[in-house]
Amino acid sequence: MDELLDGLPKLGSAAAAIALFFAALLVLFLIGGRVRGKFQGPVALAVFLGPAVILVTMGLIVPAGRTIYGSFLDANQEEFIGFSNYSWIFETQWGTLTNTILWIVITPIASTGLGLTLALLLDRMKRESVAKSLIFMPMAISFVGASIIWGLMYEYRPPTSEQVGLLSQIVMWFGVEEPPNWILWQPFNNYLLMIIMIWIQVGFAMVVLSAAIKNISSDVVEAAELDGAVGWKLFSRVTIPMIRATLIVVLTTIMIAVLKIFDIVRTMTNGNFGTQVVANEMYAQSFVQFNQGHGNALAVVLFIGVIPLIIYNIIQLRKERAIR
Amino acid sequence: MSVEASEIVILPGPELPEEKSGIKESARRKLSSPWAVVVVVFITVIWTIPTVGLLVTSFRPAADAQNTGWWTFFRNPAVTFSNYAEVITGGTTMGTGIMPYFFNSFAIAIPAAIFPLILASMAAYAIAWVPFKGAVWIFFGIFALQVVPLQMALLPLLQMFNLGWSIGDIPIFPDLNKPGSQQSLLAGTYIPLWIAHTMFALPLAIFLLHNFMAQLPRDLMEAARVDGAGHFLIFRKIVLPLSIPAIASFAIFQFLWVWNDLLVAITFAGGTPDVAPITSYLATIKGSYGAQLHLITAGAFIAIIVPLIVFFSLQRFFVRGLLAGSVKG
Repeated sequence: MDELLDGLPKLGSAAAAIALFFAALLVLFLIGGRVRGKFQGPVALAVFLGPAVILVTMGLIVPAGRTIYGSFLDANQEEFIGFSNYSWIFETQWGTLTNTILWIVITPIASTGLGLTLALLLDRMKRESVAKSLIFMPMAISFVGASIIWGLMYEYRPPTSEQVGLLSQIVMWFGVEEPPNWILWQPFNNYLLMIIMIWIQVGFAMVVLSAAIKNISSDVVEAAELDGAVGWKLFSRVTIPMIRATLIVVLTTIMIAVLKIFDIVRTMTNGNFGTQVVANEMYAQSFVQFNQGHGNALAVVLFIGVIPLIIYNIIQLRKERAIR
Repeated sequence: MSVEASEIVILPGPELPEEKSGIKESARRKLSSPWAVVVVVFITVIWTIPTVGLLVTSFRPAADAQNTGWWTFFRNPAVTFSNYAEVITGGTTMGTGIMPYFFNSFAIAIPAAIFPLILASMAAYAIAWVPFKGAVWIFFGIFALQVVPLQMALLPLLQMFNLGWSIGDIPIFPDLNKPGSQQSLLAGTYIPLWIAHTMFALPLAIFLLHNFMAQLPRDLMEAARVDGAGHFLIFRKIVLPLSIPAIASFAIFQFLWVWNDLLVAITFAGGTPDVAPITSYLATIKGSYGAQLHLITAGAFIAIIVPLIVFFSLQRFFVRGLLAGSVKG
């Protein structure tokens, strides 16, 4: 019980912060609400928009500027060293870059492909919601939690002793005598980490694509069927073109998440054994090696990688909304 | 669990279109082949097994969990609650145990879900319904900020919390170091976490809530204004109540996002039981107790039980919020 009692002050301070927050807002609203006449608009703007604008300026705009600037400074952020941090990335971090590229190519395609398959299969089924819930469930689990779940799957024991990891046991049932120590097994350990991300993202892809498929008008499908389009033909000529925009949104959304993947790599291998990716290297450089120049440059690399994806994503979303 | 694709951007109102049934549904059923069922069941089982493994292992005696696979449990069932007891109390080796971190997660995530949502709904109202020059530019500016990855903001924000920040001599954010020490007054509090999570959540929250609020009927606002209501009254009495479903969906997403976050947590909270959340604790014990499978699985289950409860009890809201929020970061 002591453990529960110890938690009360913590929750109390959160409650106090929330109360203070609402009290401050209430005061602002009471004062602001009394203003009449020509100042009414400007005062309302200041109260409504001010806090958000200040917070995003201090939390995102200024830091982004400082990070870009800091990427041209040395490890202690004192001397200007031009593009040295970037040439360091491209000279010494090839493994990290290629791993990241593998992640952003393989994971989104695998997740979306499997999600689409499931969406199509489930579309024809009666009791779809149970399967959907179970496949979607990993999405609620943190990357750290997922890493522990999969760490158990990949657990290694020498082949002479009893197996604890399910993956080793399964391959042994299939006749492999000496399963590898999965997490150390380069370069395939990268794919094993990707499986964790795929496990999480398939549910997302499935739910979104399934909604898109349900949205296809039944008239279109029936007309196509009358014209003799069934099975693969119906799928490739009707279904896919009709949900193209949603497919692209799903792909790019997963790509953005994958580009910034950090938790899984950090928890599973901490970037060792040839599994490093940009986001984790950025953390390691900034907070473990204390080389802020390198850390900043890696953050900028992420930024440059994300920009085209988000812009493309937005254009697709806007197009899709314009049609509706 | 029906979801419209357009909900990726627009948080819908309370009335969701019901799933179309009738002729179309029966036509679908006819098409359903036994092979499809087999494939779906197969994938569902594969997708569920890892979590089942975690759950089973967390209830097995230490020696069993260490030396035999969890699937042998079904041949030789032995259940114990001592793993949970040890993780919760800390036992002999684990110090404070998991509970301080568990409470930290609540203390971080609840305010960090409420603050940005309230501030975002105010900003969204201003952009949508307070006429001013440059509204469009502010909207696009805030929207465009979504391209800034978290990683870009971490270091400068940490410096700001620790050393203050000023332009020339004008302090923008005060230097909160206790006199003569290197320790910021904010160290060991939740405040940097709340602020950081609020800052990072705002762009997407404003964007989504603006899309929702802009669709509220214009007549309603004008009628209120004719009756003499100012912006503050309209926001409180009309816009906020009507936006509750949208706000709730995104608040659930934000709560889970913060609950599951590791990067912001380890950057701004360190690893102390004072403020660090449960994800940070899990990452630590995975490193140091990785071999103690019975303990880390119990810890992990305590950490994921909250999101799972939210997921299964609020699935409709969860799905909407998640789809709307999935481009966050």
